[in-house]
Amino acid sequence: MQAFEYANPTTKEEAVRLLANQWGEAEILAGGTDSLSLMKDHVSTPRRVVSLQAIKELRGIEFKPATGLRLGAMATLSELIESAAVRREYPALVEAAEGVRSPQILNMGTVGGDLCQRPRCWYFRAGYGLLARDDGKALVPEGENQYHAILGNSGPAYFVNPSSLAPALIALGAKVRVFGPQGTREVGLDKFFLTPASDDQRECDLKANEILTDILVPPAKGTKMAIYEVRQREALDYPLAAAAVVLRLDGKTVKSARVVLGHVAPVPWPAPEAEAVLVGKTISEAVADEAGKAAVSKATPLSKNAYKVQLARVAVKRAILRAAQGGA
Amino acid sequence: MAKCKYDWPEAGQRKLIGKRISRVTGPAMASGQAKYSYDINRPGMLYARLLACPYAHAKIKSIDTSEAEKLPGVKTVRIIQRVGTEIQWAGDEIVAVVAEREEIAEDALRRIKVEYEKLPHIVHEEDLSQVGDRAKPAAEQRTGDPDAAFKDPDAVISEGYYGLPVIIHCTPETHGGVAEWVDAENLRVWISTQNVSGLPPQIAETLGTPVTNIQALCEYMGGGFGSKFSPDRWGIEMARLAKDVGKPVKLMLQREHDSMVAGARPSYFAKIRVAAKKDGTLTGWESDTWGTGGPGGATLPPIPYVLNVPNQIKRHTSVATNVGPARAWRAPGHPQACYLTMTALDDLAAKLNMDPIEFLMKNLALAKPREQIYRQELQKAAELAEWTKNWHPRGDKSPGPIKRGLGVSIHTWGGGGHNSLCNVAIHPDGSVEITLGSQDLGTGTRTVIAITAAETFGLPVEAVTVNIGDSKYPPSGGSGGSTTVGGVSGSTRRGCVDALEQLFAAVAPGLGVPAEQLEAADGRIQVKGDAAKSLTWKQACAKLGVKSVQVQGKNPGPCQLGSSGVGGVQIADVSVDTETGIVKINKMVAVQDCGLIIDLKTAENQCYGAITMGIGYSLFEEKIMDQVTGRMLNPNLDSYKLAGIGDIGEIVVHMMTGPGYDDRGVIGLGEPPVIAPGAAISNAVANAIGVRVPTLPLTPAKVLAALAKGGIA
Ligand SMILES: Cc1cc2nc3c(=O)[nH]c(=O)nc-3n(C[C@H](O)[C@H](O)[C@H](O)COP(=O)(O)OP(=O)(O)OC[C@H]3O[C@@H](n4cnc5c(N)ncnc54)[C@H](O)[C@@H]3O)c2cc1C
Repeated sequence: MQAFEYANPTTKEEAVRLLANQWGEAEILAGGTDSLSLMKDHVSTPRRVVSLQAIKELRGIEFKPATGLRLGAMATLSELIESAAVRREYPALVEAAEGVRSPQILNMGTVGGDLCQRPRCWYFRAGYGLLARDDGKALVPEGENQYHAILGNSGPAYFVNPSSLAPALIALGAKVRVFGPQGTREVGLDKFFLTPASDDQRECDLKANEILTDILVPPAKGTKMAIYEVRQREALDYPLAAAAVVLRLDGKTVKSARVVLGHVAPVPWPAPEAEAVLVGKTISEAVADEAGKAAVSKATPLSKNAYKVQLARVAVKRAILRAAQGGA
Repeated sequence: MAKCKYDWPEAGQRKLIGKRISRVTGPAMASGQAKYSYDINRPGMLYARLLACPYAHAKIKSIDTSEAEKLPGVKTVRIIQRVGTEIQWAGDEIVAVVAEREEIAEDALRRIKVEYEKLPHIVHEEDLSQVGDRAKPAAEQRTGDPDAAFKDPDAVISEGYYGLPVIIHCTPETHGGVAEWVDAENLRVWISTQNVSGLPPQIAETLGTPVTNIQALCEYMGGGFGSKFSPDRWGIEMARLAKDVGKPVKLMLQREHDSMVAGARPSYFAKIRVAAKKDGTLTGWESDTWGTGGPGGATLPPIPYVLNVPNQIKRHTSVATNVGPARAWRAPGHPQACYLTMTALDDLAAKLNMDPIEFLMKNLALAKPREQIYRQELQKAAELAEWTKNWHPRGDKSPGPIKRGLGVSIHTWGGGGHNSLCNVAIHPDGSVEITLGSQDLGTGTRTVIAITAAETFGLPVEAVTVNIGDSKYPPSGGSGGSTTVGGVSGSTRRGCVDALEQLFAAVAPGLGVPAEQLEAADGRIQVKGDAAKSLTWKQACAKLGVKSVQVQGKNPGPCQLGSSGVGGVQIADVSVDTETGIVKINKMVAVQDCGLIIDLKTAENQCYGAITMGIGYSLFEEKIMDQVTGRMLNPNLDSYKLAGIGDIGEIVVHMMTGPGYDDRGVIGLGEPPVIAPGAAISNAVANAIGVRVPTLPLTPAKVLAALAKGGIA
């Protein structure tokens, strides 16, 4: 880890002032569960680290039936899991967070950190940059790409977005508040994640001197929701593929559906093809399977990850069936 | 057989041996009082870090350390491998830096400029056609008449492809230690090692320091699995650096460095044909194997394993690669040989439409001299796994995507006790000390020594103090080959019996009987058959006056206290999600013999640990190498996947004891139970889904690929 200056501001205005205009000069520290390992591996080498721990207004979880849920970016994953309102109103979010499993990471890791965590691509983590290049040559297409993207992977980015919360939040129609020198702006979470085209771009719609402050989730009354994650190990591992589904039913008929895939593309991957299959139908095993198939119909697997197409398809199918059965 | 004076007590007389006794180090380990090499901090200590080569194969062209030397806090910079050296794996150590603090040493590394000439590397060996001249075929080996066996028109022949990749040791405590020159001539090192007594000679040879001037210490160590017998380059460098700076130096490998260089188990891949008569009698074996253990390649593993199939042809190719150096990995060669053999035999049993347990039973004559042991163990394992109820022919035909299957495998190992000397002391205050240069890898060595002594003296386990982990103590062998328990229990038993004789001699006059009529039991020294005539242990020891009894115990020695050679049977019960390819372990049954068991609890613990490790390499583990960069891509524990508590299902361990087992004396156990899981789990998956997944680990990608080719039926 490179030596750095540590700043512990108490207001978001102060925090933003302490951040730099350029990526790489300063880094935000939330729970540190990801940022510390990035620094230890010299993947990030900031000269200043700005902690958000002391900024009270970034904390808290509140639910109001009329407006929905506000998650402070610094609310921990444990707080999310333990919130009675979230458990009652958004069970899929709780399930997504619970998948992280490790009590240490749940206690330290924050909701904002989960959304902003950097990709797990092992080339990135070994120092070959976000786009995983060595002497200008892309390493992923011919390399060990078993965990890489099967969708949105025409390059130059091949990593997968690592967040388990993002697909569920997007399916619920969440937006985020971003605070920067110009004040606050709101962005739909579905627009927040970006696929970088060059090494100096990041994978979300944040500038180097902006912070994520809140996540806002509209009321979900009357919906049925579920997630399904395909995990090889029970703990300390990321899903190989995941899907989040939110359904609005009219009797037994699907009125509207949101299907978002996780861990399959550089961004959480909405699957309108699957949604189109569901609308107007009664959920059955066959319908769910057809939706799963539609969700991955445009997949373009790399040399070693064709199996993920099948996993994503099954994740969608199973999430739909679980949602229809009453949810998570 | 005439009773020999050191013999183990008869079954009815054992108070401690064979019982479930908690390890004596438990509280210290759980509370953090146990100090590992990592925890050693010496006054004025400095920290070393190593600069690793980023390339898998390269020649060092230049090294410039000037910028590192200028960094405040840096005490010395040492070039480990000189310009012109050819490096054979990524992670190999080039330069060492010592600084006041770890982070300064780390920063200094980044200021060192090394230029390399990159040379071609090979880090993938599964596809033999891609390795070029790195392949070194060995001479074909033949026994009997394999051609006739395979040409026999009545023979049933099964042919398959099998393999397991290079995996790493992943010791919880990385390699390394602390070095301190006590004075200009005398060196003391705290090293995480499996070989306390064996380290000074190795260090002496390299440093040119007299062996008597070197002391190696290792009170507690966090796992070795075969990778910690030598001081290694970093151990030697640490001593040199400490000398250069005149201060103690700590040098522990960082996790990713440790993963790259400090331990790998060779891979093996194989095309195997096996022949049998229609009744299942094995008649022929043909194998083409290849594998790598780094630049040194990999020698032919012991196949066919356990069952000495008649009429064999074996061809083997060793592949020299740049994946990093191989080291002995818990039962070297056996997990691989077992996997290759027991999967091929399981496929043959399936082709014969035979229950695999019946098939193994049928061929046990080929498992001499342990035919009877395997028969009993197979029966016991089948009972514990409810085989008759739960086993079905290949392909679980029940509805739904989740398929369940059972698989079996058998293994063997030596485990005879190593050379061991110990000092046994009975002090006038009644205290007892056993002192020897052995080590406790987490297996419970201290505990079995304490039990052996306590049993002999008729004392509780807590009454015995065990001193190990210091090379100044009487030398005991390295802990490899499962030789420790046999070695230390033998030396301790003999020493304690002799020490007790001396105590009897001191006590006998006062009790008015000859020393031969005394016995030690229940904390007393008493006249045999007349417990009324007795002294407490403390009173008896007081008769020693001011002089302790000091006796040397030795292994090997008179009387047969141990032997070598064990069997073992494991059954895996798994569920496979055929839509996702995810394999879950429902239950693992391990039936294991190891002669006379000193501590049933630590013996069972060895099996639990070994099976957890076995599940890891069956389902998750692989040293993933990138062919373009030549680097290991998963050197940290977030990406090098080990089995966690949620992944291991229920583990049922049954240790074989009683007549036919106890009378073989003490035999080691550290390695055998880790051998069979690979084959047992792979066979269970084949039983569940009706098709073989050829190579470990059984990842979703491979399970789905196998299913796409066929299966269930
Ligand atoms: C072994 C392991 C397994 C895991 N498994 C999963 C899993 O299955 N699913 C999953 O979703 N996650 C998983 N995680 C990731 C874990 O959830 C994240 O590390 C955690 O949520 C990050 O939160 P944090 O507060 O510690 O963030 P930090 O580590 O402090 O920050 C992470 C990144 O986000 C940035 N950041 C943080 N907060 C803000 C903010 N408010 N505004 C702008 N930028 C910000 C930081 O600068 C940094 O780049 C796993 C982690 C590990 C180590």
